[in-house]
Amino acid sequence: MENISTVLTREHRSCDNLIAAAEEAVEKHQWDEADSLFSDFVASMEHHLGKEEEVLFPALEQKMGAGMGPVQVMLKEHEDMRRLFGEIREDIAQQQAEHCLGLSDALLMLMQQHNLKEESILYPMADQILAGEKDEVMAQFIARSGES
Amino acid sequence: MKHASGPALEQAPPIFVPLRFFLSSPIFGLMAAIVLIADGPDALLRRWVPVTLALTHLMTLGFITMAMMGAMLQMMPVIAGSPTWRPRLVSSVVHSLLCLGVIMLASGFWFDRSGLMWFALPMLAMALIIFLTTITRSLVCSQVHSPAVTGMRMAVVSLAITLAFGLRIGAEHIWQFQTHVAHLWTNIHLAWALIGWVGLLVISAAYEVVPMFQLTPSYPAWIQRWLSKLIITVLILWTGAYLLVMPGWLFTLLGLCIAAALICFAVTTLYLQSHRRRRRPDVTMGFWRIGMLSLLTSVFLWIGGQFLPTLAAWPHYDLLLGAIYIAGFIVSVINGMLYKIVPFLVWFHLQSLHIGQTGLPTVKEIIPDHRKRRQMLFHLSALLVLVAAIIWPEWFAYAAGVLFAVSFSLLAFNLFAASRTYLQTKARLEDPTA
Repeated sequence: MENISTVLTREHRSCDNLIAAAEEAVEKHQWDEADSLFSDFVASMEHHLGKEEEVLFPALEQKMGAGMGPVQVMLKEHEDMRRLFGEIREDIAQQQAEHCLGLSDALLMLMQQHNLKEESILYPMADQILAGEKDEVMAQFIARSGES
Repeated sequence: MKHASGPALEQAPPIFVPLRFFLSSPIFGLMAAIVLIADGPDALLRRWVPVTLALTHLMTLGFITMAMMGAMLQMMPVIAGSPTWRPRLVSSVVHSLLCLGVIMLASGFWFDRSGLMWFALPMLAMALIIFLTTITRSLVCSQVHSPAVTGMRMAVVSLAITLAFGLRIGAEHIWQFQTHVAHLWTNIHLAWALIGWVGLLVISAAYEVVPMFQLTPSYPAWIQRWLSKLIITVLILWTGAYLLVMPGWLFTLLGLCIAAALICFAVTTLYLQSHRRRRRPDVTMGFWRIGMLSLLTSVFLWIGGQFLPTLAAWPHYDLLLGAIYIAGFIVSVINGMLYKIVPFLVWFHLQSLHIGQTGLPTVKEIIPDHRKRRQMLFHLSALLVLVAAIIWPEWFAYAAGVLFAVSFSLLAFNLFAASRTYLQTKARLEDPTA
C-alpha cells in the first residue's frame, strides 16, 4: 500500500523529467515543442502543488496548529517557483534561449532543494502525523487526480 | 529538541556566510601555485620536505577545507534540515582564524620557522574546534536520517581525528623533537584527512548533489547505506593495525577494502552521470568527470604499488598518488561545485531581496558558461602538466606552477565577478535613481 510520501515523491520525479525535456527543446530552438512541453510541466507542477496546498498542508496544520513554520516556508518556495514559471513562459514566447536556460537552471536548483527538504523532512513527518487520516488524504489525492 | 517546534526548513544563511569561504578558496590555491613557481623542481622532489608540506596544506586546508566549510554552513538547512548556530558570528570568526592559521602554517613550513607554528597551530585548532562544535550541534539536532547526513557525521568525526594527529605532529615541529613514530603519525593524519574528512564528505554530498544537478538516477540504496560505513570502519581498523604494528598483509587487505569502496563510488558516479535525464552540456559535470577519473587513476596506482614492489619503491610514487588524489579528484569536484553554488546563491539572494523585480541577471549571466569552460581547460592542462612535473620536475615544475596560477586566478576572477554582480545589482535595485 502506498503512503503519502511515495505518491508525492513520484510526482517530483515526473515533473523533473518534463522540465528536462522542455529545456532540451529550448536548447534546440524548437519553440513550439518547448512551449507545449513547458505547459505540460507547469500543469503537472500545479497539480502537484495543489495536492500539497489544498490537501496535505491544511491537514498538517489542523494537527499541528496553523501558521506552522515548515508549511509557511514551503508555501513561500512554491511562490518563488511560480514566479519563475511566468518568466520562463515569457522567454519561450519571445524565443530568448540563453535567458530562458539561465532561468530554468535556477528553477531546477530551487525545485531540487525544495524537493529534498520535502522528501527528507516534511513527507516523512506527514506519514507519521497523518497516519490515522491517511486513507482520507489519499482519497482526496485521487479525487484531485480525477478532476484534472 | 525533537518536535518542540518542528524541523526548521528556513532558507539559506546570509549570502556572505558561505561566500567569504568560497572567495578565499581560490586565493589559497593561487598561493600554492606561487610557492610551486618560487621553488620550482625542489617542491616536487619528496613528500617530506618543508616546501612540499607548505604546498599540501595550502591546498588541503586553504582551498579544500575552506570551500567545504562554506558549503557545509550553506547546506545544513537543506540537507540536514538544521540551520547552524549564529552563522554570521561563527563564519566570520572561523574564516579569519582559518585564513591566518593556514598562512602562518604554510610560512612556518616554507621558511622553516617553528616560531610561526606557535601561532599557526592554536589558530587552526580554534578555527576547526569552533566549526566542529557548531556543525556537530546542528547534526545532533537534525531529525533527518538520510545517508548524506550519516556520511557528514562521519566526515566531521574524521576532521576531529585529523586535527588531533595534526596537532601531535605539529608539537614535534615546535619543540624540535623527533620520535621514531613521526612518519606513522603523519600517515594516519593524512589517511583521516584525505579519505575520512574530504573523501566521506564528497561521497555523502554526492548522494544528494549528483542526482540534483543533472537529474541522474539515485545512487543504489545499498551504496548509500553501506559505503561510508564500510570506509570509516576500515579506517578505524587500519589505524589500529598501524598503531599495533600488525603484519603487512592485513594492512594491504584493509587498504584494498577502501580502494574497492572508492572504485565503486567513482564508477557508479560516472555511470549515473551517463544516464542523466538532463542532456544539456554542463561545466560542473565536466569537473566531476575529471574528478572521478582522477580518483580511479590514483586508486589503481595505489593498488599497483601493493603488488609491484618496483612501482612502490619508485621515488615519485607517493607524491604522484597524493597529487592525483588531491588536485585531480578533490580540487576538480570542489571547483565544479563552486560554479553551481555561487551563481545560484547570488541569484537566489537577489530575487528574495527584491521579489517581483524583473531584469535580474540569470545564473548564466552571473558566470557565463564560456568563462567556466575556459578555466576548466586550464585546470585540466595544469593537472596533466603536474603529473609530468612530478616525474620530470626539472622540465615541468615551473610550467605546472604557472598553469595552476592561471587556473586559480581565473576561478577567483569568476567568483569575484559574481559577487560584484550581486553588490551592484543590489545597489541598483535599492536606489534606482543612482
